[in-house]
Amino acid sequence: MDLKLQKIIPQLITVLVVVLVFGFFTYNAQINMENRGIDFGYGFLSQESSFDVQFSLIEYDGSHSYFRAYLVGLLNTILVSVIGIIFATILGVIVGVARLSPNYLINQFAAFYVEFFRNIPLLLQIFFWYFAALRALPLPQDADAMLGVFFLTIKGLYVPAFIWENLNVFLYSIIAAIIAIVVIRIHARKVQETQGKQLPVFWISVGLIFILPLLSFLIGGVSLSFEIPKLKQLATTSFIYEGGLSLPPELIALTLSLALYTATFIAECVRAGIQGVGKGQKEAAASIGLNPNQVLKLVVMPQALRIIIPPTTNQYLNLTKNSSLAAAIAYPDLVLVFAGTALMQTGKAIEIVSITMLTYLSLSISISILMNWYNKKIAIKEK
Amino acid sequence: MSKINFLKPDKENLNTFLYLGSFLFVISVIDVFLNSFFSLNITGFLPSSLSFLIPIILGFVGLYFIRIEHSGYKFLDQVNKNINTNNFNAVLSLLIIFIIIKATPPILSWFVIDASFAGDSKDVCSGTGACWTYIKVWFRRFMYGMYPNAEQWRINLSFIALALLGSVGYFATEKFKKYLTLYYVVIYPFIAFLFIFFFISGGPVFFDFSYGIIAAVVSIIIGFFIPGKFKFYYFIFVPISLYIALKYFIFYEELIELGKLDGLNWVETGAWGGLSLTFIISFFCLIFCFPIGMAFALGRRSDFPLIRYISIGFIEFWRGVPLITVLFMSAVMFPMFLPEDFFIDKLVRAIIAISLFEAAYVAEVIRGGLQALPRGQYEAAKSLGMGYWKMHIFVILPQALKLVIPGIANTFLALVKDTPLIFVVGLLEIVGMLNLAKTNPEWLGFAMEGYVFAAIIFWIICYAMSKYSYNLEQKYKTER
Repeated sequence: MDLKLQKIIPQLITVLVVVLVFGFFTYNAQINMENRGIDFGYGFLSQESSFDVQFSLIEYDGSHSYFRAYLVGLLNTILVSVIGIIFATILGVIVGVARLSPNYLINQFAAFYVEFFRNIPLLLQIFFWYFAALRALPLPQDADAMLGVFFLTIKGLYVPAFIWENLNVFLYSIIAAIIAIVVIRIHARKVQETQGKQLPVFWISVGLIFILPLLSFLIGGVSLSFEIPKLKQLATTSFIYEGGLSLPPELIALTLSLALYTATFIAECVRAGIQGVGKGQKEAAASIGLNPNQVLKLVVMPQALRIIIPPTTNQYLNLTKNSSLAAAIAYPDLVLVFAGTALMQTGKAIEIVSITMLTYLSLSISISILMNWYNKKIAIKEK
Repeated sequence: MSKINFLKPDKENLNTFLYLGSFLFVISVIDVFLNSFFSLNITGFLPSSLSFLIPIILGFVGLYFIRIEHSGYKFLDQVNKNINTNNFNAVLSLLIIFIIIKATPPILSWFVIDASFAGDSKDVCSGTGACWTYIKVWFRRFMYGMYPNAEQWRINLSFIALALLGSVGYFATEKFKKYLTLYYVVIYPFIAFLFIFFFISGGPVFFDFSYGIIAAVVSIIIGFFIPGKFKFYYFIFVPISLYIALKYFIFYEELIELGKLDGLNWVETGAWGGLSLTFIISFFCLIFCFPIGMAFALGRRSDFPLIRYISIGFIEFWRGVPLITVLFMSAVMFPMFLPEDFFIDKLVRAIIAISLFEAAYVAEVIRGGLQALPRGQYEAAKSLGMGYWKMHIFVILPQALKLVIPGIANTFLALVKDTPLIFVVGLLEIVGMLNLAKTNPEWLGFAMEGYVFAAIIFWIICYAMSKYSYNLEQKYKTER
């Protein structure tokens, strides 16, 4: 009885303190809102927002609702995060492998890169790229074309847009190719387990993923043309490009700095992962007659990935959260559009900040759930 | 006479290939060197595309020729082993050497040769090089923000005094070593707080905050003498009631007067800024986030389910949201949650927000250390009849904290790098001051110099810290 009481009382007290603190806050919030004449509620989400956003993936203007503005911000955040994650992963893996290179110059170069970029605050890097480096680019009328079709100007990067005909046929062919590859992989595994033969799965896969979509061009009536951006004069000194896709400089500065910064951390994870695989493992694999490629693919990588993935997931999460720094250079992400402009207009501080925080929380949690699932899949299955 | 075999350099015709190879390599390097430093093109007679590629072709052939295993020359073997193991490596090495040679002249000329240092107006800046005059003129603003020029000695003096007091541990003799923890955890932060409260501010800035600090310090010191059985209850109730007692019954309004020293002007926190603000914020956040993080780390491993869930909720919440939204919350949402007459300075709000945020990360780091300790440590402590608090204070935490020093240092590094974000609440530390200076109509167009300057400062601070934490890690590794 005494022991039970000892267990219950501290918990009750803690809960009481937490409830008291929250109660205190809610009580004050109620009084404050009454005094200022603000009412609490999420009804404003369906009201007309009447502000404009520079860059959005979905159709949006001032006549749409606040909820639509929220979606615009969310999609922009996701866009930056996905592009940033892709580039950071590619760069991080290359630098991580380069740090282990026997070539002195290469590994020193990689080490320099890592030490340089990760010891400078991300916000400073974003400012540097946006206010200093990208401002040094030429004006639209002076820009040279790169490869004849890309235009990198002070107003952003202009790239050709794809114009598809029968896009759905093309997509079906890609899906068909992926299904075929999965079937072949399963078959190859069966063959290896029963007969010990190894099929050239990799080359078959590469062939399929190229040939099937190509066939869709020849037979399926798919065609692709490019819309190349063209210079257009608005006024005597004001030029823009028309047609094609335009990426605003905010997006470029943000993805560039996020990728460069996060890549340093990913590189360290990759290096630790590869170093974490014992030398004996490689020697043992070589001694049973596997060739170097097989050693890498079948022995080293599966073990290294197990070490690499958990910390890398954390870096992906950090990148997603760091993308909120977009607000500092006026890239219309969730924080700027919703917690900035919308909050100023409606004055609904509690509702908007709580929605914003919940959104980031669910983004983080969904990435970590996804990665935990993958992690569990490749973990050592102990018997 | 040995036949010269052009396709397979080996030991037989070592000298021929060595001379030929080094000659080609040196030619290629000289070509690039002349090209970048003196803009001479010695291969200009060739077609332009070939002239562009010639150094890399020559260098590649040269490196191929000198790739001779076990040549007998130590230097050659070193070179081959380090930069010239195979064709792929040779090309990469060449590219890196050429990039370094190519990049040196423009960087040097921008930084030093064409840069302007003299003068104190924009006119001296020529345009091609960096304008360090800009940094020179704005230096005080970048370091101290809007803090009045005549009062800046107060910041300098406080920082020097605190640095000296902080280095006490380095000189302490064996006799005093055992009091160091108490000194650094309780006394030193208190002194630092007094310095900033009385000296840098010189006014009623940390008004409400100061009661909290006094309450915490007093209750921690008394807490050492409370029997372990009641410690939990003690720490939940006493600091809060002490705070309320101090605020409403004992001092009430008198501390406003207490905050003023004769002859010192009051400088509002809005005027603080620059690098010194970075230091102040990092310092306080470190002090506050550490105990909070430790409490939640212990809470997460507690046997009481409710406490455990509350701790998990706290940690995961702060870890899941970006700092910028936390600062937004402290700026626009937090004032709504407080009684109307209750004013908290925005610097204090920012410090609270960052501390809570970093505390969640510190909690996870410390939890890692707690988990890494073998079970036997807990069992041994228990079998000696130690209670929960005694066991943690004397057995578990000293070992666990030693384990997590690198992790804590990394968190602190992240904290320092996060301080520029306080622009959200309207405080301007060095990066914020740069953005302000950049928009000054008399000094337009020097964004690059400002960011490079700030980057160098931050880089030195962060690099020094990461190296120091690495050294600490090595030191404790051997002691274990």
